[in-house]
Amino acid sequence: MKSLIIILMTSVLVNNYVLSKFLGICPFLGVSKKLNQAAGMGAAVIFVMLLATAVTWPIHTYILARNGLEYMKTIVFILVIAALVQLVEIILKKYMPSLHASLGIYLPLITTNCAVLGVTLNNINDSYNFIESMVNSLGCGLGFLLAMVLFAGVRSRLETANPPESFKGLPITLISAAIVALSFFGFSGVVDGLFA
Amino acid sequence: MTKLQNFLKGIIKENPTLVLVLGTCPTLAVTSSVINALGMGVAATVVLLCSNMAISALRKVIPDKVRIPCYIVLIAGFVTMIEMIMHAFTPDLYESLGIFLSLIVVNCIILGRAEMYASKNNVLDSAIDALGMGVGFTLALFAMSTIREIFGNGSWLGIPIPWLSENPIAIMTLAPGGFFVFGCLIALVNKLTHGKGVKKKDFGCESCPSAYMCGKRSADKCGKDGEDK
Repeated sequence: MKSLIIILMTSVLVNNYVLSKFLGICPFLGVSKKLNQAAGMGAAVIFVMLLATAVTWPIHTYILARNGLEYMKTIVFILVIAALVQLVEIILKKYMPSLHASLGIYLPLITTNCAVLGVTLNNINDSYNFIESMVNSLGCGLGFLLAMVLFAGVRSRLETANPPESFKGLPITLISAAIVALSFFGFSGVVDGLFA
Repeated sequence: MTKLQNFLKGIIKENPTLVLVLGTCPTLAVTSSVINALGMGVAATVVLLCSNMAISALRKVIPDKVRIPCYIVLIAGFVTMIEMIMHAFTPDLYESLGIFLSLIVVNCIILGRAEMYASKNNVLDSAIDALGMGVGFTLALFAMSTIREIFGNGSWLGIPIPWLSENPIAIMTLAPGGFFVFGCLIALVNKLTHGKGVKKKDFGCESCPSAYMCGKRSADKCGKDGEDK
């Protein structure tokens, strides 16, 4: 249990996917203008990450690894994720239209989000078991949501700021992302200290 | 457009990293050292060249409705090949690039060029386009990693630089330094071109190569990112 909590806290705070591992930068910078959009995207990513891990981990362990086909994992995983996201979108649209209205528009975008493929591959590379993989995915998703929501707050202050002409738009956004990333460095050591 | 112009546009006018601002994840992640950046640039260029040529050759065979899954399978196949080659011949580089080598599959430069260029042009033009884009990507990574390695590590390509190697600014090789240098480089391009250079002023769905995957309905919606719905 303790090791699971450590995995969760590490992936949320210390190894934050966006701010220290640089995965999923496009949605982080693209959909963080409004708080509700940022939260919607974050929730969709958590959902897809958990789902993708729940499907890809058994596929890797029971099909690919048993037949010596580990090298196929990139191809198989991206196809599985793409198919899965399509399927979920269709199901949501049919049976849960209200949820689809709020999460639906983000789902297809997530297919080619490197954070989702990244988390499934990382779970395999770190040789986590199924439970650990699910906890790790949950942590990465929560970390993504946390970074998105925090950054949405920063962005709303940026709107009224007046940076130098050449820094307007994208450059100043990246530099504020640098400062947010810097603040996350404060968490390194926290997890070890808590559970020492 | 002549063949030379086609090649050069990827390096300067439509530089995928600094002008179109695509493929940001690998750009930020692997540029902490010059050798990693060059390895990533070359690997992505080879994948881009192979996938552009294959997709261009197959553009009349692939049915329009299932083209994206077809492209992804082709790209993932080439990425797997590159991964195995690098694992065999450059194991150190393979280790240090780690997961980002596999993640070339979802690099939006490659899928973007497949959709925007290779699916509409012949094999030779697509190959030239891929080479130009690949070289542009590699050069941008090279510039960024040069800054980050010199200041953050006090070395260049592993060669120590006097004084700086005793007083490195370690934060430059860490995550915040990546965001910071990238922001400054884009601002520099903005400054040098008087604000006309950078095509993508802001991140949003309309410039995302994956936007077409969202379908018309959601593309309309997320195209209006930031504005009130």
